[in-house]
Amino acid sequence: MAGLSLLDWALDGVLALLLLWLAWRTLSTPALFRAVVLFIAFGLVLALVWARLYAVDVALAEMAIGAGVTGALLLAALARLEPPIGRGRAADDGEGDGT
Amino acid sequence: MTQAVFWALIGMALVVLGLYALIVHAHLLRKVLALNIMSSGVFLVFIGLARRTPDADAPMAADPVPQAMVLTGIVVAVAATGLALALIVRLRALTGRTTLGDDMGD
Amino acid sequence: MSAQRATPRHGGGGVQAPAGAARPVPADTALPRAARVLLALVLLAVFGGLALAVLALAQPAPGLAAAVAGRIDDSGVSHPVTAVLLNFRGYDTLLELVVLVLALVGTWSVGRARGCAGNAPGPLLRQLPRLLAPLMVLVAGYLLWAGAHAPGGAFQAGSLLGGVGILLCLSGQPLPGWAQALVLRLAVVLGVAVFAALGAAAALLPGGAPLDWPPAQAKTLILTIELAAMLSIGVVLAALFAGGRP
Repeated sequence: MAGLSLLDWALDGVLALLLLWLAWRTLSTPALFRAVVLFIAFGLVLALVWARLYAVDVALAEMAIGAGVTGALLLAALARLEPPIGRGRAADDGEGDGT
Repeated sequence: MTQAVFWALIGMALVVLGLYALIVHAHLLRKVLALNIMSSGVFLVFIGLARRTPDADAPMAADPVPQAMVLTGIVVAVAATGLALALIVRLRALTGRTTLGDDMGD
Repeated sequence: MSAQRATPRHGGGGVQAPAGAARPVPADTALPRAARVLLALVLLAVFGGLALAVLALAQPAPGLAAAVAGRIDDSGVSHPVTAVLLNFRGYDTLLELVVLVLALVGTWSVGRARGCAGNAPGPLLRQLPRLLAPLMVLVAGYLLWAGAHAPGGAFQAGSLLGGVGILLCLSGQPLPGWAQALVLRLAVVLGVAVFAALGAAAALLPGGAPLDWPPAQAKTLILTIELAAMLSIGVVLAALFAGGRP
């Protein structure tokens, strides 16, 4: 495949590094909310990669599903899993007796 | 190294990274994220290897069959993620926990 | 600690359940350091093996592109990915729609939804869907139609419709009463039902086989199935977001 120019390789390399870095940060960052936001960014970069690989159908689906719907599902679940920032957490930080 | 092999290798790196996080992390939401990254890696291997066509320099040259399979895979992945998240939310509502395993209880 | 176990029985969101935070926060990493290092080494070896396997693959591989291109005229559409999805490998797509329905059944059997009417949107979120929702429906329709000859199709259009549903849910719009029970469930299974019915009907034609579209009617059949599949995918994704039995 001689058709790839240096510019192509540079683009691919930057996208690949970005993808790996976002994946690593998604899985290692301590805060779950930040992890979900990073995952949405991961999906968007992945859509660019699909477009680079001439998989335009997959890029469209990834934009709508991987970054959009999955992100919304994760954020909704996160809101129901974590105690709210305000009153709930303050009560929890006490003795935890607020039934 | 061709572009196809390059992206297939990146995809495998994502699979391995996701597998590591899937085993190491205890929080179930993090496990769901790890599974999603693993599936993205598998898709990347598929789409990358679909570019091994002989006339790869031609515009838009790619094998459509792996692309169609990845398209179905993305939709299945989001459905599985939705079900997993519903189960996690239910587990939290019933037991107050967001991890599996019996070493956390009383 | 054991007293905490009994408290969070009040179901629903669980956002107010205090039990999780009262005990020491469980470490995010359940494994000791040595085990993690060992695991990383094992996985590195796995990666090395996989990489060797990929590097050993035949380099210009013909794949199935030529086979698809050879029969594309019989498929009813001119875009190869759509032809593979809805004609050459129709079973994949049919079963994938079944998976979507099963995932929704699983989600519904776990609990009841909070309902979208409880969301209290800000002024932006109240107005935004008025602008965006019609536009997104229009784009979804375009993507569905364009899928016959260009990138696009039922999946992309359906996920856009799912996005419309999520947006409406976030803006606090309740489902209209007529769409609560039977109509919602019919919309969920519409894609599978139309696909399976037409696929079975194709077997009754002389010389036909299940999911084997006659070339003359293939385009009409594919677009009909895609329309139904798009509606089902959109409804299922939005219902997964709502997160429980309505």
